[in-house]
Amino acid sequence: MAENLLAATALAKSFRNGVVALAGVDLAVAPGEFVGVLGPSGCGKSTLLRIFAGLIEPSGGRVERAAGLVGRIGFVFQEPTLMPWATVADNVYLPLRLAGVTREAASPRITAMLASLGLGDFAKAYPRQLSGGMRMRVSIARALATEPALLLLDEPFAALDEITRFKLNEDLRVLWRQLRCTIIFVTHSVFESVFLTNRILVMTKRPGRIAADLAVELPETRDNALRLTERYADNCRTVSRHLAEAMT
Amino acid sequence: MNGASRFWRIAAPVFVGAAVLLGWQAAVWFAGVPAYVLPGPWLIAKTLLHDGPSLLGALLVTLRITVAALALAIIVGGTLAILFSLSRLLEISLFPYAVILQVTPVVAIAPLIIIWVNDVFAALLVCATIVAFFPIVANTTLGLNSADRNLSDLFRLYDASRWQTLRLLRLPSALPLFLAGVRISGGLALIGAVVAEFVAGTGGAETGLASRIIEAGYRLEIPRMFAALLLLSLTGIAIFVVLSWLSRLLLRHWHESALDPTD
Repeated sequence: MAENLLAATALAKSFRNGVVALAGVDLAVAPGEFVGVLGPSGCGKSTLLRIFAGLIEPSGGRVERAAGLVGRIGFVFQEPTLMPWATVADNVYLPLRLAGVTREAASPRITAMLASLGLGDFAKAYPRQLSGGMRMRVSIARALATEPALLLLDEPFAALDEITRFKLNEDLRVLWRQLRCTIIFVTHSVFESVFLTNRILVMTKRPGRIAADLAVELPETRDNALRLTERYADNCRTVSRHLAEAMT
Repeated sequence: MNGASRFWRIAAPVFVGAAVLLGWQAAVWFAGVPAYVLPGPWLIAKTLLHDGPSLLGALLVTLRITVAALALAIIVGGTLAILFSLSRLLEISLFPYAVILQVTPVVAIAPLIIIWVNDVFAALLVCATIVAFFPIVANTTLGLNSADRNLSDLFRLYDASRWQTLRLLRLPSALPLFLAGVRISGGLALIGAVVAEFVAGTGGAETGLASRIIEAGYRLEIPRMFAALLLLSLTGIAIFVVLSWLSRLLLRHWHESALDPTD
């Protein structure tokens, strides 16, 4: 496909300490996709995401990014990674501030982002006053503040309790449908990847490669009721089987 | 913290202090120790009240040097730390000399500085600053280099300039450690000022508390010596309290050290 947003060819990464994280990853992501990257801990998922973000350089292979992607990537880490000294609004303002947007010009965007993540009442709160789930919402609002073309999420909900995680899954799915940006979501949870995404890339254990490229056969609009359906269970079964194969 | 432990936090040290003072006073009375060897606390208090005005002038001189030295230490120390954090080469080239300056006793170099610098105030200021600046350099450098790794990555992702990263990430990250350094330096500036005054010797009207202590020693006015000493301790405590309060004020919204444990 010529109109790929992001494409990787024979991507490899080995670290100075001798660890080979990735060995020959090939993938292509089209605009508007919601892609899950699923794999066991330490399989190089995070490394892959960091290479896509341009935070680290691959030691082999190529990454091609669409022209519209320069400076339009949002990143959400495993931890909320907020500035503890700044209010929620100031944390969300950060990417815009770094881009030279004035406070006045950024204000409507910040308000909108906080509202769409259910943080409307917490603009002046400090991160320490929020729960883990709320902090993660701030982190997502910050990543979306610059209207990114590509949003990279690195196991953002791994540390949260299941009830909070289910709610955030639902909300993220809604946000993706509203904003129509491209999302790559790294996780080690089969259930999370099936619920959230339209396509799942299963990775092998280290050194990581793509073992399977699976389409999720579920309706576009999803809520928690979906988790109880047979179709959801079928998809989870298929993905689990591929994950088990990839591990061997 | 519950009410009882809060009560004891204040009551326990007050009780110990009162017991020591009473014991001291009793020992002086019953053993008949002459005042020129060891004056009792009561006599010291009376002397402080009586000599207060004359000692206060000297305290002001010492305090002026202390405050100026702390300010200079903050400026020099802070600037050095920022330069170190911007250039690793600069840090490894200069840091050993900061250590040398720190470990060399100020008493040993003060005579030289007093010879080199003509103005007495300036000479004392230099001595006190040398004593005070190291904790600020060391702490602030550490603070500037310990910004959260993921946050640093985030700044890189958004293509932040060096200046933006310094101002919005590294300086706020360094603030708690910087303030801890300032708190240590406040006490050291006072010590440096007094030590330098001791070396500079007495003489002249515009001299500090150290000169009053030396004079009183020469004249065997031991109660006056103790009164000056007490004043010095109180000043040190006041500096510590003010700087601690400032630190809490600046960090109250976010840093663990400044949070109310019941909050």
